[in-house]
Amino acid sequence: MAKKEAIEVEGTVVEALPNAMFRVELPNSHEVLAHISGKIRMHYIRVLPGDKVLIELSPYDLSRGRITYRLK
Amino acid sequence: MGIVIKSDKEIATMREAGRITAEVLRILQENVKPGMKTIELDRIAERELKRLGATSSFKGYRGYPAHLCVSVNDEIVHGIPGERVLKDGDVVSLDFGVIYQGFQGDAAVTVAVGNATPEVKRLIEATRESLHKGIAAARPGARLGDVSAAIQGYAEAQGYSVVREYTGHGIGREMHEDPQIPNCTEPPYGLKPGTGPVLQKGMTIAIEPMLNVGGWRTRVADDRWTVHTADGSLAAHFEHTIAIEGDEPEILTREK
Repeated sequence: MAKKEAIEVEGTVVEALPNAMFRVELPNSHEVLAHISGKIRMHYIRVLPGDKVLIELSPYDLSRGRITYRLK
Repeated sequence: MGIVIKSDKEIATMREAGRITAEVLRILQENVKPGMKTIELDRIAERELKRLGATSSFKGYRGYPAHLCVSVNDEIVHGIPGERVLKDGDVVSLDFGVIYQGFQGDAAVTVAVGNATPEVKRLIEATRESLHKGIAAARPGARLGDVSAAIQGYAEAQGYSVVREYTGHGIGREMHEDPQIPNCTEPPYGLKPGTGPVLQKGMTIAIEPMLNVGGWRTRVADDRWTVHTADGSLAAHFEHTIAIEGDEPEILTREK
């Protein structure tokens, strides 16, 4: 079964929600619900509203994503 | 997640999973005929899995409802078997995967139903050959981009386009492991020759070129699974699970 290529986009954190979930706004003004990757959690990188982040969208559900990187 | 290197013992189990995958796929191919419903292929796959003591990789994967994918004509991959009746001259991709003793096998073939036109035969042969060009490039020390370049180079020389948005994949205990195996070299989807991870002994990957007669763009049907060519042109798809070994990669899902 072919794999759907993972889609990476930049976004801006709008709101921190409980359980390390965040609302992230994409450049196309869509909003997605994103959790943070294990690596960000492990290194205890703080993600705050206003931060620019890289998120990986699931091709199966474009309203959810995973924050993989906090951009400067 | 990273690329998982398999031990010789793990590869031996994957060889068994691959053998079962190939055997069921062979039986499925032999059963394709005009007038049959695609759901009948699903029943055959289910029966053969039971006989061989394996389970389907696909059924339940992210909610996928069947034991295999049957993609007809302009359907590229992930077609769900159902009430559709196969007609003489249809182009059918059969994509099938098994789990055996915790390890996965994954392979696909494309066949023509009944009598094929020369154009269809040429598309099918070019797709099969592009897979083998990719496999031949998968030597230890080569980079993943070399595999992508070999597939795309051959496919485009034959006048076909390669699908970008779907890729091959690492395979092992999971059906989809790292790395992604693109069939093209252009960013953001592809890997240029000489770039990407270095292939080494113990990696197990599924290479799967998808070739379209028309353009490379795709669309997903309302069932949220079936991937069509955007322009409605015919597509073909071949796949093998391989292990990176010594000089020659070993095809784990080879037809006996």
